[in-house]
Amino acid sequence: MDGDVVIRVEGLSKKYILGQRAGSAGGLRHAIEDAIAAPFRWAKGVASGEKAPRPRPEDKEFWALQDVTFDVRRGEVVGIIGRNGAGKSTLLKVLSRITDPTVGRIGLKGRVASLLEVGTGFHPELSGRENVFLNGAVLGMRQAEVRQKFDEIVAFAGVENFLDTPVKRYSSGMYVRLAFAVAAHLEPEILIVDEVLAVGDSEFQKKCLGKMEEISTGGRTVLFVSHNLPAVGLLCSRGIYLKAGRVESRGEISGVLARYREDFSTDNKPVFDAGHRRGSGSHRIVHVEIAQKPVSAREPLRLRIQIRQIRDEGPFHLALHFRDEWDTEIFSVDTAYLEKGILPPGDQTLEIAIGSPWLFPNRYRVEAFLHLGGIIDHWPDACRFEVDGDVAKRGYSLDSAKNRAQTLASFQVTGRPGLAHGI
Amino acid sequence: MGLPLSRHLSRMHSPPTFTQPVEDEDFDLWIEAGHVEKHYWLDLWRYRELFFILAWRDVTVRYKQTVAGASWALLQPFLSMLIMTVIFGRVAGLPSMGNAPYAIMVFAALLPWQFFSNALTSSGQSVVTNRDMISKVYFPRIIVPAGSVLVSLVDFLVSLVILAAMMFWFRFPPAWNLAALPLFMLMATISALGAGLMLTALTVQYRDFRFLIPFITQFGMFVSPVGYSSEVIRDKLGADMAWLFYVYCLNPLVFVIEGFRWSILGGEFRLLEPPMLLSFAVSFLLLAGGIAYFRKTERSFADVI
Repeated sequence: MDGDVVIRVEGLSKKYILGQRAGSAGGLRHAIEDAIAAPFRWAKGVASGEKAPRPRPEDKEFWALQDVTFDVRRGEVVGIIGRNGAGKSTLLKVLSRITDPTVGRIGLKGRVASLLEVGTGFHPELSGRENVFLNGAVLGMRQAEVRQKFDEIVAFAGVENFLDTPVKRYSSGMYVRLAFAVAAHLEPEILIVDEVLAVGDSEFQKKCLGKMEEISTGGRTVLFVSHNLPAVGLLCSRGIYLKAGRVESRGEISGVLARYREDFSTDNKPVFDAGHRRGSGSHRIVHVEIAQKPVSAREPLRLRIQIRQIRDEGPFHLALHFRDEWDTEIFSVDTAYLEKGILPPGDQTLEIAIGSPWLFPNRYRVEAFLHLGGIIDHWPDACRFEVDGDVAKRGYSLDSAKNRAQTLASFQVTGRPGLAHGI
Repeated sequence: MGLPLSRHLSRMHSPPTFTQPVEDEDFDLWIEAGHVEKHYWLDLWRYRELFFILAWRDVTVRYKQTVAGASWALLQPFLSMLIMTVIFGRVAGLPSMGNAPYAIMVFAALLPWQFFSNALTSSGQSVVTNRDMISKVYFPRIIVPAGSVLVSLVDFLVSLVILAAMMFWFRFPPAWNLAALPLFMLMATISALGAGLMLTALTVQYRDFRFLIPFITQFGMFVSPVGYSSEVIRDKLGADMAWLFYVYCLNPLVFVIEGFRWSILGGEFRLLEPPMLLSFAVSFLLLAGGIAYFRKTERSFADVI
């Protein structure tokens, strides 16, 4: 690729303020209190010889992006990958001018269109025809342009007979097709796409991928964020791997994907860090382990989970989500699926035996939740394990990688009170 | 102060490994922290279609959803006019202006007032109701509250029909002054846009304003000369309290409403007197302040919304 540089990102950082206030939307009372308290904080600062104004005590900073730097050349299709919370969406939002960077800058050349969602601005009361024009305008198309491509858009979506029906009467499939059709007919020089493929049935996803390929081979510059790593591997020529807001790796897509997979196995062993976890916290999962070694694909997978009571509060459900090395959720286990599956309050050790589905030989990660109505505890990285065995692993095709239906596991739970190993 | 330094430091830690030197001018747009948009108004002009489409959407949707549709725009001011005429004109026995029927005097003021209060209410909510779009797509945010003001303007034009009907009913023919009405409409729009932008930005930052706006519009109707003429206030205050009339005229709607009345009812032209000019100037101050505050906060809307 020797096109000229069309996107330059220089030392880009984005800070969010967490906590009660969440920016300044915490309310007028806070702002007034703050305005009154500010001189006192300042006076205290002066008295103790500080120069900068003191931060408000309960503000917690969070850097979603830190010193991100890269170039994109004309015609490149760049995949942006990384775990949830690694800053991918924030990067796209800053690139799309939805939110401002805190530090650093971005240079853009040419017409940019960003597609962080299909059907942005669609109004359920308006007809399909009206929504095409509305959505086109929202995405930055001229009305003349929409008029010119109108027939093409409608044909792509296959909704010719429902043009004057309000979209609230559309099936969800029709709705998504129409929304994608408008977006697909954007003709920007730079296209920024986020997870658009995560919608619709698998047939429609294929159609979307086809369109994406068409766009990317048409010499346009595309930035593409997805969890669908096989799709990223197919579509993109280059990649950027974000980890905790920083660029961990960038370059040829194959190298970046390899680096991502490598990370999955070499990361440190999960540690119990209840202090940083989400949830109301009446109970905490303190330990999740595989009860048999080695793990074979043909035997039930047995896990041992220890839960500690922090406060004397009611019962809860336990959910385990199993993710593969691509970070794709394979299946989940939830006591809420069971009749009388609810777990009593108190310290306890549970054993879960999962009879199906079988797991292909691969590396997996377990994400654990306690919930009842809301989340009580969330441990994103509770346990990792590898499955050995003789079940042949099929190559990744786009179909097998993205089965959007939730696979229900067959499993049993047995429990006893108290924590083993004196944890 | 802090930003350039930390940027400098972060560059030192990891020097950018760009392979191709580029000049700043090579790019059409630089997105930078806290930097003032160079092409703000040009950008706004580019998005003019979206502005009209959003306004069109709001009008269409409202008229599709409500059974009575357009008649709401007619019924609401008409009923308000009836109540005010009875209370202020009949019960309180306040004088009308010149030989105009009290009902027409009230309605001439209700038109701009309803426009103003509808514009405030809907623009105040507009950014929050369009949250999805704002967090997913870029466009100049000012389009959203400005579109709400435009929708209120459409309602205003619809309710002009009632005015025409009333003038016909009371056999009260308009004078040539009526030709100046668009000018006063422009003034009403300027005040509504200024106050609307201010309140929209405040509502995004501090949700409390959602509850304050209804209060402002209720309270505002009584401090504005809607149910009565501002002459009544001027006469009551007299010469020794004349300064208080200036305070009263800090309300930009005093000029707008008296302008409407002069244009519809005729009568003595007093709009160039100092208190009225003060009210006139406040409209522009409000617009300038509203735009400045809105621009200052709009770039963080997506973060706090």
